[in-house]
Amino acid sequence: MNPDANVVDTVIDAVSAVFMIVGAVMSLAAAIGLLRFPDLMSRMHAATKPQVLGLFLLLAAVGLQLRTWWVWPVLLLAWIFQLLTVPVSAHMVGRAGYRTKHLHRELLSTDELEAVVLKAAEAAKAPASDGGRSPAAE
Amino acid sequence: MMELVLTVTAVVLSLAAAGAIVRIARGPSLLDRVLAADVLLAILGAALCIDMAVNRHLNNLMLLVAVSIIGFIGSVTVARFVADRREHLNES
Repeated sequence: MNPDANVVDTVIDAVSAVFMIVGAVMSLAAAIGLLRFPDLMSRMHAATKPQVLGLFLLLAAVGLQLRTWWVWPVLLLAWIFQLLTVPVSAHMVGRAGYRTKHLHRELLSTDELEAVVLKAAEAAKAPASDGGRSPAAE
Repeated sequence: MMELVLTVTAVVLSLAAAGAIVRIARGPSLLDRVLAADVLLAILGAALCIDMAVNRHLNNLMLLVAVSIIGFIGSVTVARFVADRREHLNES
């Protein structure tokens, strides 16, 4: 019984060590991507790696090292809140980057937002040409 | 083995934090700096996790949950008020 427990202990230690090293390498990959990618959109692609997968691997390493069951719901809570909040900030940064033209158009393979933006601009222009502002002007 | 893991992750995370700080200092636009600050926060969370895992305590757990809940407010606020002040577009 005792040698079995030792083997299980060693295996759990090795798995959590691998998780920790891979999670740290995710952060390094994000930093390299931030330094080397040419524009904001591709830098955003690199920046999400430590925020989701890196945090998941490191939280799993914490849970494996502590070897208690009650800590897993708290770690899951931290990860789920990260999953809920990271897309919000990424959406806002990407939207602001698109509207202020922080992107290289020649690097885009497709731009699905452009048609929507043009349509919205047309819709906004149509009432204005009918004298939509005339009560304010008079 | 844990000492080796701690050394390797400390070196890797220090290099990653240095890269993010270089991007904050050099970033051509405000949004690049905000993005690099988000990455720096993620690296800080990774360092807190590794400290807890190697030393087998839970002192940083509530700090980690709080960071993951409210960490996005800063970048959302900055992205809401960003404006384009550059001379030439498509330069970034």
